[in-house]
Order: sequence, then C-alpha cells, then structure tokens
Amino acid sequence: MKLTREFEERISRLHLQNKVFGGVYSGRGQEAIAVGCCADLGPQDVVFPLHRDLGVFVVKGVEPGRLMAQILGKEGGLSRGKDSFLHAGDLSKGVFGGTSMLGATLPVACGAALKFKLRHEPYVAVAFFGEGASSRGDVHEAMNFAGVHQLPVVFVCENNRYAYSTPQSLQMAVEDVAERAAGYGMKGLVCSGNDLAAVLETMGRALRRARDGGGPTLVECKTYRYRGHSEHDPARYRTEEELLEWSTRDPIPRWELYLEARGRDVAKVRRETEAEVTRVVDEAVAFAEASPEPEGPEAFEDLYATPLAVPEAPEGPAAFEPEPPQLTH
Amino acid sequence: MPVATYLQAVNLALKEEMRRDPDVFVMGEDVAVLGGAFKATEGILDEFGPDRIIDTPISEALLVGAGVGAASLGLRPIVEMQFMDFISCGFDQLVNMAATARYRHGGGLRVPLVVRGPTGAGVHGALFHSQDPEAWFTRVPGLKVVAPATARDARGLLKAAIRDDDPVIFLEHKRLYRSVKEALPDEQEPEPLGVARLARGGSDVSIVTYGGTLPLCLAAAERLAAEGVDVEVLDLRTLLPMDFAAIARTVGKTGKLLAVHEDRRTGGLGGEILARVVEDLWDELDAPPRRVTAKDTHTPFAPTLEAFVLPSEDEIADAARGLAAY
Repeated sequence: MKLTREFEERISRLHLQNKVFGGVYSGRGQEAIAVGCCADLGPQDVVFPLHRDLGVFVVKGVEPGRLMAQILGKEGGLSRGKDSFLHAGDLSKGVFGGTSMLGATLPVACGAALKFKLRHEPYVAVAFFGEGASSRGDVHEAMNFAGVHQLPVVFVCENNRYAYSTPQSLQMAVEDVAERAAGYGMKGLVCSGNDLAAVLETMGRALRRARDGGGPTLVECKTYRYRGHSEHDPARYRTEEELLEWSTRDPIPRWELYLEARGRDVAKVRRETEAEVTRVVDEAVAFAEASPEPEGPEAFEDLYATPLAVPEAPEGPAAFEPEPPQLTH
Repeated sequence: MPVATYLQAVNLALKEEMRRDPDVFVMGEDVAVLGGAFKATEGILDEFGPDRIIDTPISEALLVGAGVGAASLGLRPIVEMQFMDFISCGFDQLVNMAATARYRHGGGLRVPLVVRGPTGAGVHGALFHSQDPEAWFTRVPGLKVVAPATARDARGLLKAAIRDDDPVIFLEHKRLYRSVKEALPDEQEPEPLGVARLARGGSDVSIVTYGGTLPLCLAAAERLAAEGVDVEVLDLRTLLPMDFAAIARTVGKTGKLLAVHEDRRTGGLGGEILARVVEDLWDELDAPPRRVTAKDTHTPFAPTLEAFVLPSEDEIADAARGLAAY
C-alpha cells in the first residue's frame, strides 16, 4: 500500500511537471482492495485490474520500472507506448489489462476461469470493477454465465460511491451491489475496502470457494476515492463532511493500528518500508525517464501475432507492392 | 469424398480441427444439443462431449469476451453468432477488447479466437437476419475478416482461421449454405488467409467480389461470354487483410474494374477498392471504375422489396457490359 501510494505521489509530481500527458487516475484511499485481493494469489492466477489498481500490478510482480514507463508512454512500458496509464497488462505475471469500457473485462475473466475449469487447473480469475460499471450489461452477462457454470472466478466490486461525478444513489436503487449475487446463484460478500485485514479475510473466503470448486463469489469492498475521477477533476460535487469522514478511514494508518495491536513495532516497520519504497520508486522513475520514446512506425507493431500473408508481387507497376506491415488497405 | 454443401464444409472443418487440436472448442447459443440454428455444429456434441461444445445464455458480449479470455490463456475458442447481425451486441468485446488485446500488452499475448456465423441476405430474413456486417470490421486493425464463397474455401479458410493466432471474424453466407455444393478432397490443407482467388479468367472486364455475390458474378460472366465479352472474376476470400496485389494484377490486365458486394454502397468495401485503384492504378484504367451493391437502405422483408434492394445478376451483367463497351 505504501509503495502504491508513493508511486502515485510521484506520478502526481511528474504530472505537475508536465511529464505525464494523458489521464492520471488515482487509487488513493482504495489501496487496500487491490493489494488485499491479490496478496494470496499465485503466479498462475489471472487478475483483471481497473485503472486505479496499481496495487494489482505491484503485488503480482510486474516490474515497477515498466509500470512507470507505461505511464510516461515510453518504449519500456507494458504496452510500449501504445495505450495510456494502466490500460496494459503483463500476462506473464497473470495481469490482463482492461479497456476504458469499464466492466468489459468481466466476460474475459469468465473465459479465463472457463479455461481453468475445462483443464481442471486449480487457478482462479479475479476481475475488478466499480459500482459504476455494475450498471453495464457486460457485468450482468459475465456474472450470469459464471453462475451457470460455477466458474472459479471472484468479481471484486470497488464501491467508491461515485462514477466520475454520479453518486451511487443515481446509479442503483440498492445499497449493496453484492445483493445482486443472489440473482446469479452465487454468494455476495460485503467488507470495508479501507481495512486491509477485512479485505484479506473476505477475499480469502472467496478464493477458497473458487479453488474448492464452489464457484464464483461477488465481493463488494466499500471505499472512497480520495482524489477526483482523474487529476483534472477537482471533484466539487462532493461535500466537505463526506471527505472528512472518509479521511479518518485511510487504509494505511488503519493497517498500522492493526499491526500495533498485534505487538508489531510500527515505527520500525514504517522506517524500513519507507526506505525500501523510496528506493523502488526512485529506480522506477529513473528507468522510465531513461526509456526511449517510440519513434512512430512502432504504431504498426504488436497488431497481429501471425504475420499477415503478403501476396506475391503483382505483375503490374512496382508501386503496388504492399507496404509492410500491410494493415488494411 | 462425395459432394458437400458449403454448410457441410463448415461442419467438416470444425470437426477436423477439433480432432486435430484438443484446445479447439465451440461456444454459442443452441450450438450443442440443437447443433446450431443452421446445423453448422451438428454432431459435435456426440463426438466430442460437453467440454468441447458449450450452449451459452443469450449473451453475445459474454461469448466474445470469454473467447478472448480463453484464447489469451492458450485455448482456441470458436464462438458462433447465431446470426451475424447479433454481433452488434458483442461489438465492444470484438473491436475494443479482442482487437486491441495484443497491442495493449506490448505483443505479450495472442488471441486465437474465431467468431463465425451466418451473414447476408436473400432468404427473406428481414432487418435483423440479413445483415452484411463486414465493413464494420474491415477497418479495425488487429482483426482479420474472412468471407468464403465456395465449399472448398469454407473448409480450407475456416481451418486456417482456427489455426491462426489472431482474432478472426468468419462470415458464412447463409444463402450459400445449401445452394453451393462441390466435390471436396478427402484431405484438405488450410487455405492461407489474405490471398484472393481467381474464380474465372478473362480479358475484358475485372469483377472483384466476395461471399454471397460470387455466384451472381459468375452467372453474369457466363451470360456475357455468350455475347462475346470476356469477364475475369476475382474472389477476395479474405477482406482484412485484403489482397490488393491480386486486384492490381487483374485491373492491370483488363483496365476495367467492377466491384460487387451485397453490403450497402456507402461505406462498403467497394468504395475502398475503387479509391485504392484510382489512387494507385490511374494510368492502368481504361474506364471509370464502377460498383454494384445493395442500395443504401435496410434489407426489407417482402420479397419484392428485398429483390429491389439487393444487387442482381442483371445489374452486374449490365454494369460489366457497359464497362466492356466503354
């Protein structure tokens, strides 16, 4: 959590220095969810993160340098400069990147879980979505299918109460997204998404069920987005009272209290963690800044796995040689 | 092997590839027990069992999305759209998820997914069972679009699509399912994607077409042969990537181009073919290139309306005759 927060702080600073062009989406306040839900996953389990889920990438072992390069649009990034922010993945680490069509990864997660089931593999697919995306048809189709086939998948709803500016009250007529689980023949669990211990415990139950052949679970983590929708958004649609109330539930001090209550020397943990976090983030920034910018023609790369068939040269004028790589026309 | 229909060729290719590769499996609506609305997947459940062919809820986005997930992890899913019109419900998953997955992952994954199903008009299917959706997809990098017109190509190209490591949209023309028959070899290798086929040699006019209009073009060419006009017919077979070298060869030979498709005129592939030929082959042209396509409206139900809207053998013959005389 500390690492993702410091990483994001550094992104914000780079953003202020105009080194980050494009949207910056902060997960500040929601760190316990991404981190807690991935803590007990193995390398073969596949996760489908949201754009705020930096913690998913970090916990699953994606190199921080490649993450920072991704955010700066560099050649060394996960998508090699092709897409922005966290719209990228590293399947070698079990991270499948999402698109801007939120909720669209849930059907894909079902396909991954279907593979595990058909091949009798003991792995789990975990798909994150917001309460905003829960209004989309893809989410319904995915949950319904997962229920029918009792797939080893966990759907994690990060309910941060706002879809951009739209409050939950204008998004749905129920308090808990998890209530909908009943309609799909699966369990719905609700926990505090700002309490790492609660996330770990709740996710643990869902993962056990999936691994034991008990089918899918919908886990709803109640949380709050400390920043705006993106760094451009001052989020004036929220009240001071609400911000103040949620600021007392910051997941990082809360976890420190938890550790303290269990006899850990929190000051020592903090010192060690902070030194390590600073080193990792410094190295990530250095890697990303040193990474070259793509030159242009790379825009044609990584479109196809199988090279497109290049037909034999025409008998007509040489001008009709297909230009490699032959994209469309 | 005895004579097989286009539909039987599809069924054969599916079974042959499923026997060859245990990673190949089928998902779709009514594909398993029923064997598909057109029976394209008949017999697969009996031979391969319920882990290899899965009846799904009516969920096209789920179907395509789950195909992307299973394909990314190494399986080779074949997703059937009961009618290709319904791909509109899975459009986002195809265009934004499947087509960009490899690109967004810096080349670090592959998506060997086939989305196949019946396309096209001419069977009084009305607005939502007659559509030709190819032009929605032929401008999407990351996808491949295939439209066979013969039984042999249906079998060979579907095998190639299944073995291909990228997402392929495979458009089977439903009017050809039972009307096209030919003798197939016992064993047949995949036909390479991206390569057009000369369906008929000729020297006066070049017709470039694909899918459902190929039989109309060949019939029109036959008719014109009796009048002394020698028509060449190029069957594109794969629409993305498109074999422009083959188009350039035939246009270089005849100097006269007629592009024919069942899809609507505006925004259809014919416009792209003509544009590219005019840009690149201007000096080769002996006449202004032309198109014969469906009219710019929906494909209506009543037989009289449908016939009015769709391109006909007469229109194709008239256009080719006009070009020859130019």
